[in-house]
Amino acid sequence: MVSYTSRYSNNILKSLLPWIISTLILIILPFIFTGGGSVTIMNQIGITIVMAMSYNMLLGQGGMLSFGHAVYMGLGGFIAVHIMNFVEDGLWLPLPLLPLVGGLVGLGMATIVGSFSTRKAGVVFAMISLGIGELLAASCIVITAFFGGEEGVSGDRTWAPPTFGIEFITQIEVYYLIAFWVLISIFLMYLFTQTPVGKMANAVRDNPERAEFVGYSMRWVRYVSFCGAGFFAGIAGALFAINFEILTEENLSMGMSFNILLATYIGGIGFFIGPVIGAVGFTLLQTVLGLQTDLWALYTGVIFILTVMYAPSGFTGIVTMHYVPWQLGKIHLLFKPYAKILVPALIFVAGLTSLIELTNHVRHHSQETSITLYWITFESNTIIPWIVLLAMTLGGFYVCRVFAKEVVDAWGEANYVEKG
Amino acid sequence: MDLFIINFLDGLIYGLLLFMLSSGLTLIFSMMGVLNLAHSAFFMLGAYFAYQISLYLGFWVGLLVAPPIVTVLGALVERYGLRQVHQYGHVPELIFTFGLYFVIEELVQYIWGKNFVEYRAPESLDFVAFTLAGGSIQAYKVFMLLCSVAIFLGLYYVLARTRVGMIIQASLSYPKTVESLGHNVPLVFMGVFGVGTGLAGIAGVIAGPTLQTYPGMAFALGSIVFVCVVVGGLGSLFGAFVASLIIGWMKTFAAAYNVGAAEILIYFGFEYPDNVYYHPWRDLWTLTLPQIGPLLPYLLLVLILIFRPYGLFGRRDA
Repeated sequence: MVSYTSRYSNNILKSLLPWIISTLILIILPFIFTGGGSVTIMNQIGITIVMAMSYNMLLGQGGMLSFGHAVYMGLGGFIAVHIMNFVEDGLWLPLPLLPLVGGLVGLGMATIVGSFSTRKAGVVFAMISLGIGELLAASCIVITAFFGGEEGVSGDRTWAPPTFGIEFITQIEVYYLIAFWVLISIFLMYLFTQTPVGKMANAVRDNPERAEFVGYSMRWVRYVSFCGAGFFAGIAGALFAINFEILTEENLSMGMSFNILLATYIGGIGFFIGPVIGAVGFTLLQTVLGLQTDLWALYTGVIFILTVMYAPSGFTGIVTMHYVPWQLGKIHLLFKPYAKILVPALIFVAGLTSLIELTNHVRHHSQETSITLYWITFESNTIIPWIVLLAMTLGGFYVCRVFAKEVVDAWGEANYVEKG
Repeated sequence: MDLFIINFLDGLIYGLLLFMLSSGLTLIFSMMGVLNLAHSAFFMLGAYFAYQISLYLGFWVGLLVAPPIVTVLGALVERYGLRQVHQYGHVPELIFTFGLYFVIEELVQYIWGKNFVEYRAPESLDFVAFTLAGGSIQAYKVFMLLCSVAIFLGLYYVLARTRVGMIIQASLSYPKTVESLGHNVPLVFMGVFGVGTGLAGIAGVIAGPTLQTYPGMAFALGSIVFVCVVVGGLGSLFGAFVASLIIGWMKTFAAAYNVGAAEILIYFGFEYPDNVYYHPWRDLWTLTLPQIGPLLPYLLLVLILIFRPYGLFGRRDA
């Protein structure tokens, strides 16, 4: 017989366990990935995580599709850079507290915009967010005193008074600062989902009319979520300012807002940790794949469309779908068909992307004939690679179609619950 | 006065061009409840297809062939993309069209490169139609104007006077009833989506030479078209028409009259600062109307959505 108190403390320990594990992971990550640019990439991932999580407060939890979320991040970032520059003139503010200021700026802007944009969800909300986004992006060029015109505003984080002797000169110091704020933000956002208003946000998303009849003002619930999302976007903006030390009009542009939507949706909007996975995946696509090919945005876009069409719950949704077969003890039924389809699928993807890259190479770099794709170097002006790649693409596609039936059957079998 | 007339004509041409885009968009919206964010991408495709065809067969063949290709593409997107996403609800549909916009833009860059392409007006229309005290109007612009008016009249005729138009109008409000009368409503949806995107394609074909054909042209016009549709009232063709004209004139007149904020501030008794480039309010003092011109449509959009969320002529709340 377990006493009440020990069971209670057990529960606390159990609910704190994910946080302790993620803290440890964040601490040891720089020791695992020690390569040249890995800290830079991890910093970028951290910022994108906060931004995507904040975006998901709107889209995933509140059902509000925003096309202008970069506004709150950008404004928070711009103010943060200006403060970094003011610090030199005697304003005392340690760098680690800067994200808080950025967050308050985002919150302030969200309280103003949200007061009229959250009356309706759906298309009206999306259009207001688009309008505000375009408005701010366009005024960037006009109001040069604040936004710095085309070259943007730059600062220097090392001018801030040292915190416990740390001056944030190296990237790794910045990494731990970002990691700290990522954890704090995610924890706060998690707590928000547990509050009554956080729960009601889901209700308002799914059935606004019913939520209204129960006695909640859907507008008020949306407004609170919106302000919260603005706050965390501002934090992300200030982190961006600390990491890159420059903000330009690009940070406020529609492109930035679109990227966040892509990252969040690919990760999975229906899950709390979906955006984290999306942010990691998207930033890796952007940086690692971006180094390999000019066409990374095309591939990302195709992945995005496929996600919207066939896996609306995102990557996280695909993974969690396997919980039922696992519970039923039938997950092993899926291993063989998955392994079988993986090979032709990889061949198909490799063939198709190589064809695309090859065409791109021939069209835009015609003076150079040698090309390296997937660690293989060959001449692009001979016919043989084209035939091989075409065969790989078509063959892989055909075999995939044949094996897909097996996967579907195995999936049905693995999810079948015996009556009895 | 002459400057006024020239700008009036320019604004009218631009407005009618916007209407070609916004009419398709609003038709699609009122039918399917989907705001097609990829609409301007189809506009761009129209221009690029026409350019590619004009390289081999000339402008006029491009004008005839490119829009049907865009129409078929649009219909295919509806049939195999949108219908699949429809089951998840309206927000995923919106996100799908957004993703489509993104992919089409990248594809255009992949196929035609990132630079401007040489898509020109036909030589037969390369002369000055008439001059008005210093300003001249190109014959091609007159041709654009005539095209737009013809399409507007044609669209009106089809929707208001033909049997097909009646079925479309009926399926706007009572899709279930129309279906039970034996009409194939999904086919109507596919057709409307195709024709809507086809209209955007025509707009691209005839606007490509004047607005220039480059991968950013969808982005440049995309948001403005949403402004037209939302300001006019979602689902209202007439509203889209009025809003397109308003925004067309707004754009050309703001660009033409160089009114500076300094003049207004001095009029109200403020003193012009000595060294304006280091003044804290320098942006306000040096502000001019052409500078804030691009901002005005979005300002209008936000104001309309705050004070009249269903737009100027919209009947229902979106």
